Amino acid sequence: MEQALAGIRICDFTGQLAGAGATKWLAAFGAEVIRIEDPVREGRWDILRGMEPFKPGQRGLDHGGAFNNHNTDKLGITLNLRTEKAKDILRNLIEISDAVTENFAAGVLDRWGFGYEQLRAIKPDIVYVSNCGFGHRGPYQAYKTWGPIVQAMSGLTFSASLPEQEPAGWGYSYMDHTGGYYMAMAIMLALLHRQQTGEGQWVDLACTEAALTLNGPALLDWTVNQRPMRGSEAPNANRSQFQPMAPHGIYPCVGEDNWIAISVRHNDDWYLLTQLIDAAWTAPFDDEAYRLDHQDQLDQQITAWTRLQDKFELQGRLRQLPIPAAAVQKPEERITQDPTTANFSLWPTVVHTAMGEVQVDGLPVHFSETDWQIKRGAPCLGEHNEHVLTRLLGLSAEEVQHLTEEGVL
Amino acid sequence: MTALRNLRVIELANERLSFAGKLMADMGADVILIEPPEGEVSRGYPPFLNNQPGENRSLYFWHYNTSKRSAVLDLNVPADRERFTALLSTADVLIESEPTTRLASLNLDYAQLQPINPRLIHAAMTPYGRNEPLSDLPVTDLTLMAAGGPPWSCGYDDHTLPPVRGWGNQAYHTGCHYVFMSVLTALLHRQHSGTGQFIDVSMTAALNITTEAASYSWLINQSTVQRQTGRHAATVPTGETQMRCADGRHVNTGVPPRFPTEFNKLLNWLRTLNLEQHLPEAVFLEMGAQWEGPFDLSQLGRDDTITAIFSAGREALKLIARSVSAYEFFIGCQEAGLAVGAINSPEEAFEDPNFKARGFQVPVHHDDLDTTFTYPGAPYKLPRSPWSISRRAPHLGEHSDQLWSELQ
Repeated sequence: MEQALAGIRICDFTGQLAGAGATKWLAAFGAEVIRIEDPVREGRWDILRGMEPFKPGQRGLDHGGAFNNHNTDKLGITLNLRTEKAKDILRNLIEISDAVTENFAAGVLDRWGFGYEQLRAIKPDIVYVSNCGFGHRGPYQAYKTWGPIVQAMSGLTFSASLPEQEPAGWGYSYMDHTGGYYMAMAIMLALLHRQQTGEGQWVDLACTEAALTLNGPALLDWTVNQRPMRGSEAPNANRSQFQPMAPHGIYPCVGEDNWIAISVRHNDDWYLLTQLIDAAWTAPFDDEAYRLDHQDQLDQQITAWTRLQDKFELQGRLRQLPIPAAAVQKPEERITQDPTTANFSLWPTVVHTAMGEVQVDGLPVHFSETDWQIKRGAPCLGEHNEHVLTRLLGLSAEEVQHLTEEGVL
Repeated sequence: MTALRNLRVIELANERLSFAGKLMADMGADVILIEPPEGEVSRGYPPFLNNQPGENRSLYFWHYNTSKRSAVLDLNVPADRERFTALLSTADVLIESEPTTRLASLNLDYAQLQPINPRLIHAAMTPYGRNEPLSDLPVTDLTLMAAGGPPWSCGYDDHTLPPVRGWGNQAYHTGCHYVFMSVLTALLHRQHSGTGQFIDVSMTAALNITTEAASYSWLINQSTVQRQTGRHAATVPTGETQMRCADGRHVNTGVPPRFPTEFNKLLNWLRTLNLEQHLPEAVFLEMGAQWEGPFDLSQLGRDDTITAIFSAGREALKLIARSVSAYEFFIGCQEAGLAVGAINSPEEAFEDPNFKARGFQVPVHHDDLDTTFTYPGAPYKLPRSPWSISRRAPHLGEHSDQLWSELQ
């Protein structure tokens, strides 16, 4: 199949998820993503490289499960940028690349002598996208972040909580995923701009700013109405934030840690639900305003009703009505039991040189003409040194061997 | 000059899709919101200007529809379907979140539009994908989240409390991020192929692969993460990272100190605050500050000295947190090289000096109210093709006449 991004080459310093997630998308659509790692520190700037989860019986730098998940279909080379020869190789690689991407702390690439001005001197129309927590310019440019810090600073942690509790926040790096999405958008926007004008540019992506845009209506409520979200009580994030909807929450079901989400959007939904519940207590709640004013009481009644039921059976009955309802799915349930994910080919199997066959996150889209392909596992450290240096940069296999012995690669 | 200049996008109004149109419109695309005669339902969503419901007063609608034009079409009426087809022949992109068979039943699906406009990129975003009948059942942001996985990982150590769905329409946003990424990818392809294509985006699939370790822990070794208060869900319990400061606000302490310079700065800060005498473990901070060679965290719990130094770092952070405000804690730790964050409410984040200095607050003039309001700004800065809000959200059908005369 034809690939949408064939012919685009990325000189890629990204890592973790916030950066690597961006270039994973590009690689899946056929861009040639060449990941550069430091042989001296064995690529450990990306802490995921050798980190759990591991396949049973495996362990080590080439076996990190998250690293594999985020770096499928990329090429991997090592360059010891403390040496002049490695810097020369990097310059040659940048010369034939369309974009340079990184998510280091601000200033790292500059210190190596590869800041934007130098990149532009090497290739005038280069697209350079940096992704760091607070951006490369501004009062906090020297400060460091990772997903949970970005979420804390931007308001996303605060708005994920229950009343009378401290913030629950996000139990994963939502903003590493999403920061990666914005990075992918920025790279492609800049490439489109270059196609039309011939101009390159440096995109200074600050993950916290991308995060701040994700609370838009609440921010307008602040700037226009001066209504803050911080009040005497923490928000109940399982309730509806904007539209008046009740009941609207996550309720317990039979078994260990089983839950179901139910949203009643309006009186029509409520009427259908009362037919199913079939109990006298529902009568006063037929009035929407009453439901909205007595949500705590309503939630207690709904809880007493759901608590005795199986979450999937109840989901089935609620969907027959139909009103919006979904069991809170556990990973196993989403991945192995819910046919909609497998039907969407969401969990492709890749072949990794050291790990063997592994299932990974696919992409939640399908293109009619140039669909994604995720086939190859993440590169082992320096796996494609010879491939990249001989095929793209014209070195001989002997020269590559020599550079390896010299500690350049 | 904007990256999406000369790009015409037709958006069939649907609250869950409106963010995708905004992402494109604020990058310079001519996004035309096609609304039914009664208007997009989110025009009636709170919050409202001065807390008073009414026409063109929904701040929700304002936010999600910046830089767009609005035209009214009733696709159930043949004449309006003809107009729609004429409009589509001038368009680059169609984005929609209709029931899975609706456009086909109106003869307006990709199969019918492609012959009229082979360059058209048609992205359909549905709860489970275009081929899945479940996509036609009613959903909300909350139920999409539950089905897609995120709440399983979010909540509290106490599992008698329900899992938590983060606020802000993030299920919608996640689907919309993938719509935009897909459209950009198809545009880059079209530049050399000359042809468009159909793109099927599944919102629950998007959430499934936006759960970090929850999915890949299961995929790799069939282990299941469990939710924890204020930190990553994990397959084995991890230490707390959230602390309450002297002003009652919380901070996330991130990764505790591990390097000599960090221990040294922490110790100095403790001394400045006159707190050293309150920390019996202070001596271990000194040892950490003078540590030579690598501080091997894999020896935690095995090597007594490393364990004592590491835990002294944590204790010092707790002690300081109790004595200063969340903001002071954030600044002090970051100055010491530690990646910590204050847990801001959205408005506190908005007023933070860093984002202000970077120009995140942008003015948007509302000519209809003769007032300028402050909006959240750019998610990314492209200096050669800047993001900008080119106009306030449109009134219902505000651009119908203009558009139909353009089509003549």
